[in-house]
Amino acid sequence: MSQKTPIRQAAGVALALAALAAGFGAATTADAGPTVDSIKQRGVIRVGVGSQPGFFAPDANGKWQGFFIDFGRALAVTVFNDPDKVEFTNTSPQQRLPALQAGQFDVLLSGVTETIVRSFKLNFNFGPVVFYDGQGILVKKSIGVTKASDLDGATIGVQSGTTGELNIADFFKKAGKTYKPVVIEDTNAFSQALLSGRADALTQDASDLGLRRAAFPNPDDYVLLPERLSKEPLAPAIRWGDDLWLQIVNWTVYAAIQAEEWGITSQNIDTFLNSEDPAIKRFLGVDPSLGEAIGLDPKFAYNIVKKVGNYGEIFERNLGKSTKIGFDRGLNRLWTQGGLLYSPPFR
Amino acid sequence: MTDASALPPPAGETRLAALARWWGPHPLAQAIGLAAAAAALALLASNVLTSMARVGMEPSLDYLTQPANFDISESLIVYRAGDSYARAILVGLLNTLKLAISGCALATILGVSLGLLRSAGNPLLARLVDAYVEVARNTPLVLQLFFWIALTRTLPPVRQALEPLPHAYLSVRGVYLPWLTVEGGAIWPALAFLALLAWGVHRVRRRLGRPLSLTEWGLAAAAAILVPAGWIAADGVRFAASLPQLKGFNIVGGVSLTPEFAAMLVGLSVYYAATIAEIVRSGLQSVTRGQWEAGRALGLRRTRILQLVVLPQAMRVITPLMTSTWLDLTKDTTLGVLIGFTEVTAVIKTSANNTGNAVETILVLVVVFLAISLPVSAAINAYNRRLARRGLVTS
Amino acid sequence: MTILLEGAPLAPPKREALRRTIADLFSSPFNAIVTVIVAGLIAAGLWAFLRWAILDAAWSGGAEACRAHSGACWPFVRANAQLMVFGVYPQDLLWRPALSLALMAGLIVASMIPRFWSLSLALGWVAVPAAVCLLLSGALVGPRVSTNEWGGLPLTLLVWMIAFAGAFVVATPLALARRSDMGGLRTAAVAVIELVRGVPMLVALYVSRFIVPMTAPGVEVNLFVSVETALILFVASYLAEIIRAGLQALPRGQAEAAAALGLGYWRTMQLVLLPQALRAVIPALVNLGIGVLLSTPLVAVIGMTDFLSAVREAASHEQDWPGCFTTAYFVAGLAFFSICFVASRYSRWLERHIRADGHA
Repeated sequence: MSQKTPIRQAAGVALALAALAAGFGAATTADAGPTVDSIKQRGVIRVGVGSQPGFFAPDANGKWQGFFIDFGRALAVTVFNDPDKVEFTNTSPQQRLPALQAGQFDVLLSGVTETIVRSFKLNFNFGPVVFYDGQGILVKKSIGVTKASDLDGATIGVQSGTTGELNIADFFKKAGKTYKPVVIEDTNAFSQALLSGRADALTQDASDLGLRRAAFPNPDDYVLLPERLSKEPLAPAIRWGDDLWLQIVNWTVYAAIQAEEWGITSQNIDTFLNSEDPAIKRFLGVDPSLGEAIGLDPKFAYNIVKKVGNYGEIFERNLGKSTKIGFDRGLNRLWTQGGLLYSPPFR
Repeated sequence: MTDASALPPPAGETRLAALARWWGPHPLAQAIGLAAAAAALALLASNVLTSMARVGMEPSLDYLTQPANFDISESLIVYRAGDSYARAILVGLLNTLKLAISGCALATILGVSLGLLRSAGNPLLARLVDAYVEVARNTPLVLQLFFWIALTRTLPPVRQALEPLPHAYLSVRGVYLPWLTVEGGAIWPALAFLALLAWGVHRVRRRLGRPLSLTEWGLAAAAAILVPAGWIAADGVRFAASLPQLKGFNIVGGVSLTPEFAAMLVGLSVYYAATIAEIVRSGLQSVTRGQWEAGRALGLRRTRILQLVVLPQAMRVITPLMTSTWLDLTKDTTLGVLIGFTEVTAVIKTSANNTGNAVETILVLVVVFLAISLPVSAAINAYNRRLARRGLVTS
Repeated sequence: MTILLEGAPLAPPKREALRRTIADLFSSPFNAIVTVIVAGLIAAGLWAFLRWAILDAAWSGGAEACRAHSGACWPFVRANAQLMVFGVYPQDLLWRPALSLALMAGLIVASMIPRFWSLSLALGWVAVPAAVCLLLSGALVGPRVSTNEWGGLPLTLLVWMIAFAGAFVVATPLALARRSDMGGLRTAAVAVIELVRGVPMLVALYVSRFIVPMTAPGVEVNLFVSVETALILFVASYLAEIIRAGLQALPRGQAEAAAALGLGYWRTMQLVLLPQALRAVIPALVNLGIGVLLSTPLVAVIGMTDFLSAVREAASHEQDWPGCFTTAYFVAGLAFFSICFVASRYSRWLERHIRADGHA
């Protein structure tokens, strides 16, 4: 007469639950090396992003929008031909690199600066630069500062975990001047430091500061100083030792750039399907030989442009003159227009 | 049972028996179970090493001696970008301790006052304290800290700083107070002498078993004045008043609290004061009415009953709870990360980010906190065991 | 000021009570002054709150209306309600988190009624979180939604519920082991409990985010799962001590009586000691539950969009809604306060109820 006791029943249920959780949370990969295999098995790309409207932020309906978000969607199009098979996770600059290392993202699109230490010592690989930037300093006009070296003895807000935190220390050391740092991790609290007067200035990628300034209640009271303290090439970052994934990231970005060079947009792309140019035929997969040769969907570039847009469209939609942000393309023009964007040939 | 066999043979017999008794029933099953658990832990550790190797990382603590090229907002010791990571972490640890110690002191003062005010006989005041306790204890501490830091951000900018007292300033950059600086020599030997003297006088008084005479007090006072004064003169110590004043972009001079530190201090104190007020209340309630009546029968006044009869008994309930509250407060100093107070966690995370040694740096953090909390926790357990042995508490 | 320390006298009739309260308020000149000052403070506080929340608040319109008013910005709450409550969960599937919320709320309410305390309720604490996980992930019906997109209030409640329910499964054996007469087992239990209690929750979360995923090479450990693992262990180390206190408080006679009936160790624990021990520590359990719920916003630090961080996210959209932090924090605080206040009142009621029943 084995009457089931409550404890034994509870233990049985707990075991079942643990098994469920294990099955639910852990997807064993056959060969854990290539990120692409795990992405395909999972059915979704995991992307680490930041929180800064214009670059990356959920809108009032909880849908992620922004410049870097669109590159995440482009990656999902390359792998799955579906711009929604991607999930974005907000991660602070201070945590993003260790989290990528621990395997929590497939790619970081959070505006990571490519540096040699991050490449060799921290063992990350970088895709093509998607945004050329430089470190700027944002100050309140009324303090009457016109150049960075005027800030001797000032209180400067820096964001922890960024190259900006290291550059500003270098800058003041080199200039032989002093400053008081206010180190802030939370991206939302960063703007508040300047608005409230806690800091005299903020230093960070100029684009980031521009986005913040655009969001200020009185943007005209603040000015971005003319100097750039550093070069900040922002690129997708992935874990070391994953060549196939790196190639996919590379050529997804290049496809968006190449499309703009040829003037192919999401609106007019179908008219190009009849193009006689063999290069465009290969690019759009009308001639499937290229795609078959590289093992991707022959129409991946077509799909990216059709579903997400070319580089120029992505820029204009999220950051351009038609938006509240109103950025100039600057260095982020095509090489044909005096910028730095340059795609290797699709052949 | 390898431990037992490793013991020396002479005293072995009895010690072995004692150990066997302590080890208890099912000796083999226990040993196998523990060994299995240890093996599982070892497996997990080796898995971590494998995972690290896969992304090209090698475990190492070498980074501790390498230069840390970032600045830290506030520091008790001299620190500049380019000093070693070890020093940067020490700066963070000292900030943590500064916050923990001042937080515990302030929370205790506030909490005990509130606990007593609540029992002070004015119903309206008691309700107000109740409301405070409910709000503080039923909203997330994180949210309260966000509130306090937002409040400091509404203070006037540094050029329009409030001056509530002469030479004391309050602005969005923090609180600035005048301070006495010591130059030209070291003051600590004089302070150490004073502490030693106070301890000596206390010992002598206990040994004698009577109050000290006027002459004896005079001698002690003379020593307390002359010796430090002599030292100060001999060592060339000079005192100077340092007054805060607006200079360039900031107020400089004096002693200052950053708004981030102030928000943490106020936030932790306000939150834990509510907990401590509850502890004081339950401690006082744990003493039965009979004790009060007995005291009254002896003709003691209320304050004397409180002091001689009630508090010593209430302290048995209060002491362990209070200690673990202090420990909780210390652990919650890590929330400084959320509002920009640079304590040890923040420094360690920045180090992890810049060196790539995430696993090692986080383990350093774990060790730091265990080093603080295990001794305190052991002390509480010992205290409870002592009370239990004396039969003063049931659990 | 004198200090009243006697226990509360038996409640006098209402009118008498009122008279006595008024008498206490003005029992001495000093007391009268205190009363007046405190009353003034309370009135000023209430008035300031009233002005902020109602009189000076913007009730309709958009961001412009809010800029024109110095008080709360209620249109902001309406416009961002979805983001605040459900986080970044896909918009066309909102029925899932809504249903989850209802399921979890139902379970919590049911758990508060002593009449329902039974095995099936315990099973409910296993079934409901499991059902919510399946529902939110889309494992049963419809498109899959990754754990990273779960958010808002349902996520906060789910994180809390799994941590608390899971902690019971871990804490009970830990508490028994700590009271065991087997030295090795006891030492191991003490080590686990003290080591886990010794680190701050934030540090435990860092371990779960950066180290736990590395313990299984070749396996992708989901952030939600590793966070819950850490939280279960963390809560269990506190819960084990509460259960131990409950066991310690039982008179020895209980165990001896069970032994005299010929019950073995497990039977004794399960039928005699554990039920009584748990009953005795219910107030402490509710307090721990409140404490854990109030700590859940920390999961935002490692990238989960819980309720508080969804609220902060909404408030950070400064282009659209500048300066709405106060309103946002107020809403979040009010939500947490209402849940926890009800729970703590309930705990007090229950304490009296149990005492009146004669169980203890």
